Amino acid sequence: MLFNWFRKNKKTSANMAKERLQIILAHERAENKAPFLDDLRQDIIKVIAKYVDIDPSSINVNLQKDSSIEVLEINIPIK
Amino acid sequence: MAGKVLTITSGKGGVGKSTSSANISLGLALRGKKVVTIDLDIGLRNLDMILGLENRIVYDVVNIVEKVCKLNQAMIKDKRTDNLYLIAAAQTRDKSAVTAEQIVELTEELKKDFDYIILDSPAGIEGGFKNAMMPADEVIIITTPEISAVRDADRVIGILESNNKTEMSLIINRINPELVKKGDMMSKDDVLQVLNIPLIGVVPEDKNIVSYTNTGEPSILHSQSESGLAYKNIIQRIMGENVPFMEINEKKTGILTSIINFFKE
Ligand SMILES: Nc1ncnc2c1ncn2[C@@H]1O[C@H](COP(=O)(O)OP(=O)(O)OP(=O)(O)O)[C@@H](O)[C@H]1O
Ligand SMILES: [Mg+2]
Repeated sequence: MLFNWFRKNKKTSANMAKERLQIILAHERAENKAPFLDDLRQDIIKVIAKYVDIDPSSINVNLQKDSSIEVLEINIPIK
Repeated sequence: MAGKVLTITSGKGGVGKSTSSANISLGLALRGKKVVTIDLDIGLRNLDMILGLENRIVYDVVNIVEKVCKLNQAMIKDKRTDNLYLIAAAQTRDKSAVTAEQIVELTEELKKDFDYIILDSPAGIEGGFKNAMMPADEVIIITTPEISAVRDADRVIGILESNNKTEMSLIINRINPELVKKGDMMSKDDVLQVLNIPLIGVVPEDKNIVSYTNTGEPSILHSQSESGLAYKNIIQRIMGENVPFMEINEKKTGILTSIINFFKE
């Protein structure tokens, strides 16, 4: 019992595997549902950059799915 | 009869699809179901050897779709039960030798005479996998508790969902309880939390499987083996029986070994 208690406080390699998977899969699932998001992001950067000064790395494109509606969310912070 | 097509797939290769196909097919047949199992890993024929039927093959699945032979000429009867037939993969062709439509047509025909049509899918997400996916009424996804197998399983689950194949369940294969306890292998619950589809079975790492494959006698014929017991439970669940998931426990270690192990870490 005591031994197990000590172990629980250590981050095991299994815990790390699970956490890494949860992060990468969240990303890949979104990507696979809307494979066009990356291209869309690039196109938006091109267009906006013609008119205003932006930091390309700060642009966030996100597709969110509720039970009934899908929302395409685009965040463009302007410098 | 209105048979059901059950596809066994995984994404990553070598995680136990063919071993599971053999055990599930034979197990269902031994429980009185009429079963035909088709090896769709064209070019890499395997299921025949795992089932111990390799000497009986004359015709294969490509011969059927190319109408070189009649359907029943390519159906190899199992040695142990009259309820199981195998249709072998072609060994000298590749995945493009058949189309998904042809496999759908074949399985529709077989549904008239069989309770279960079990499709052993090749690894990957390309054509060969699509041939196995398109006819499926239900899909069993096999993964091991390893990071790359789980990631690939998730990809396959995504593809199945987008093709409206929503009847899915999961087998976690090759769980090693000692490693899980040490925290060096993801547990059944860890994998389930990541993949989030219903579990149909957990098969422990079983060193006997090598010799069962050597002799062409799948685990299910060795009812006392750990893997045999696990597959027996899976078959019961496929048949709609309610069986609790057995906890896979590590072999008992004495207090002394526990202390030694503790200091080793
Ligand atoms: N539970 C287990 N315990 C020990 N060894 C296993 C277990 N399950 C499968 N194996 C072994 O793993 C290897 C791969 O199994 P198998 O051929 O069934 O995988 P597969 O997914 O069909 O592979 P492929 O992708 O090449 O078709 C085999 O040597 C098999 O004996
Ligand atoms: Mg195989």
